[in-house]
Amino acid sequence: MLVDIQNLRVSFATRTGTFEAVRGVSFKIGTEKLGIVGESGSGKSLTARALMRLLPPNARIDADRLNFDGTDILKADERTMRGIRGKRAGFILQDPKYSLNPVMTIGRQVAESWRQHKGGSRKQALEAAVDLLDQVRIRDPRRVCDLYPHEVSGGMGQRVMIAMMLAPDPALLIADEPTSALDATVQAEILRLMEDLVSKRGMGLILISHDLPLVSHFCDRVAVMYAGHVMEELSAGTLAQAKHPYTKGLLNCLPSLTHPKPRLPVLTRDAAWLQS
Amino acid sequence: MIKVEQLRVRFGDNEVVKGVSIHVPAGGSFGIVGESGSGKSTVLRALSGLNDAWTGNITIDGQSVGPRRNRAFFQKVQMVFQDPYGSLHPRQTIDRILSEPLLVHGIGDIERRIETALAEVALPSAARFRYPHQLSGGQRQRVAIARALIAEPEILLLDEPTSALDVSVQAEILNLLADLRERRQLTYILVSHNLAVVSHLCPTVGVMLGGQMVEVISAEDLRAGKTQHPHTSELRALSVGLEEPA
Amino acid sequence: MSAAFSQAWLLDETPASRSQAAWGRRYRAWLDLRSNPLAMIGLVVVVAFVILSLAAPLLATHDPGVQNLTNRLAKPSVAHWLGTDELGRDIYSRILYGGRVTLGMVIAVVLLVAPLGLAVGCIAGYSGGAVDRILMRVTDVFLAFPRLILALAFVAALKPGVESAVLAIALTAWPPYARLARAETMTVRNSDFIAACRLTGAPAGRIVLRHIAPLCVPSLVVRITLDMSSIIITAASLGFLGMGAQPPSPEWGAMIATAKRFIFEQWWVPTIPGLAIFMASLAFNFLGDGLRDVLDPKQR
Repeated sequence: MLVDIQNLRVSFATRTGTFEAVRGVSFKIGTEKLGIVGESGSGKSLTARALMRLLPPNARIDADRLNFDGTDILKADERTMRGIRGKRAGFILQDPKYSLNPVMTIGRQVAESWRQHKGGSRKQALEAAVDLLDQVRIRDPRRVCDLYPHEVSGGMGQRVMIAMMLAPDPALLIADEPTSALDATVQAEILRLMEDLVSKRGMGLILISHDLPLVSHFCDRVAVMYAGHVMEELSAGTLAQAKHPYTKGLLNCLPSLTHPKPRLPVLTRDAAWLQS
Repeated sequence: MIKVEQLRVRFGDNEVVKGVSIHVPAGGSFGIVGESGSGKSTVLRALSGLNDAWTGNITIDGQSVGPRRNRAFFQKVQMVFQDPYGSLHPRQTIDRILSEPLLVHGIGDIERRIETALAEVALPSAARFRYPHQLSGGQRQRVAIARALIAEPEILLLDEPTSALDVSVQAEILNLLADLRERRQLTYILVSHNLAVVSHLCPTVGVMLGGQMVEVISAEDLRAGKTQHPHTSELRALSVGLEEPA
Repeated sequence: MSAAFSQAWLLDETPASRSQAAWGRRYRAWLDLRSNPLAMIGLVVVVAFVILSLAAPLLATHDPGVQNLTNRLAKPSVAHWLGTDELGRDIYSRILYGGRVTLGMVIAVVLLVAPLGLAVGCIAGYSGGAVDRILMRVTDVFLAFPRLILALAFVAALKPGVESAVLAIALTAWPPYARLARAETMTVRNSDFIAACRLTGAPAGRIVLRHIAPLCVPSLVVRITLDMSSIIITAASLGFLGMGAQPPSPEWGAMIATAKRFIFEQWWVPTIPGLAIFMASLAFNFLGDGLRDVLDPKQR
């Protein structure tokens, strides 16, 4: 089991008391694709960040079990965590603009991240970088190597990010809204690319998104989160048979191109959802 | 009501809108879809008077307007922005934000109008003296809509009004916009990258690509797949693909 | 308004009136400031200095101008708490009255500089184009002058004295505020909420005055409190060089200047005004740092 989370809780100390953002989340991932879907404030990003212990200092993580690839994250020291972050697990964020160094060429950035993990000469690293850029299906990778991040489009930037994350052959890829800043046409390509790479390399994938239909197309399973709880976990193909009123509500309130609705049904939240 | 002919906008040497024409009848609602960089928001900004570096003809309600607009224009045309976090002044209470247009246009009866405006967008009156950061994203967008409507305009320009919101909030805002249009006989131009959103609210949709409007199509034809331009077909295929179960 | 200004009223999340909302926001800022010990030390010291200076006639044990040559350069004693200077004047009383001059100069400088810098910066930043270029080049000209030298030249051209010192310092102190205000204006100029203001049809003057300037004020206030110490020191330096307040006026810098020859034998004579300058400057710095945490939204 790659990731094993049991009863994860994340809370923040604030001036008015403690605020619990994640309240008892459990799931397991092997070499498969899990989508975590929820609205803003549902705790979906915090869940993934807690797994990498990438939380602000005033956050508190509690869990009955929080394992990554056999390592107990709760007990691991900072050195072990550094060995996991970026090496055994890659993190892809929403906007590549903020994740890439603006004053370094793309080739050098990818080469650096490859050398950091694999060692070797500069020349070897550059060759590896070209190969990695080729793997994320960038046409003419040698030319792209010499470009600076501001010279490439958002979709290309996200491919570069993925290439950098793939350099150390991670076992898990965590993608937090990786395509929300991208156009629909590019979004599909990037997700298909990630899907391909993950299955080809036998990796696990956690895809965090607010877009339920999108995630269900690219993942094996989907966990729907609301207010720090997992409301429902279902396999992606059975989305239409979702049982939980929240999942159904989320799907219903989307405007549809093919099935026009004169008025959109509004999601009514039920306090009872948070009881169980 | 709105007539745009051969609108061109350039930033420096770069022409981002290359001759776009739009006709919207009074009480109508026109949608513009396109990807980022297609020039769809630029068209809206030129129409609203925020961008004055354009050429072409814009006629609003039978009157030709130039790059500089007078106060009467701003009382007739208002805009709602994409990001409800950025479109409200961070240091002003909702009360102050809503009273500003009334003060500028010299409209009296401020107290009652603010109360009505809040009620109209279904905000509790308790929100009136709060600051934007004390409200949720959906509530802020309601404030932005209330601000746009408080001076009783006839035309509302909507720039991705729901794309920064959660889907459940998006549904509420889209319903609100539909209700308001019916109640006040407003004319809308809605810009969005989301085909489903645009076709939900607008019977006519213009598709933009590289600064040109490559196709104007009715929402029904779009649903039925009677598209002319390959870009429209591509956008439609992506949108439909997501709606079908995996 | 019987419930007014109770803690619950101030911290109410859903205020019922304009004034309640405004006071609630101020009260929260005050709570934030209060939780910062250094800022509170700074605030207490600054307030203490101001009160001491204002109440100088009540607190002084002697007339600051009365000389007593038989008792010159006396050590601190019961009669003269902080000793006497080279003309036998009571140093304690002179420090109290000197606070009026020194702090008065600082406040006068700030009152001149802050509105000027804010206006120039906001207008330049919002207008852009030629207006921006002209205003900023003027600012550059003033920025390029060495501060003390320009002040010296200015004072030399007019008559030496407190008024010309204030004018001279103000003239050289405003450019950084203009630059700061301009930078702040540039960051908000293209924001959607300013675009929304323009779409109400509001004239440019109203947008700058009512929407942009209030956003620049917090960082300007912070910058000014941090600069207070350097204004005090410039004022003292001018006094030290004989270009500021003229004797027998008890200005802190001038006090050091006239007593500098006694630093080895009667060290307290120049040291005590030096300590006053040091404490006032440090207090303003602490306060400024604390205010930045409370007022500057970017730091959060």
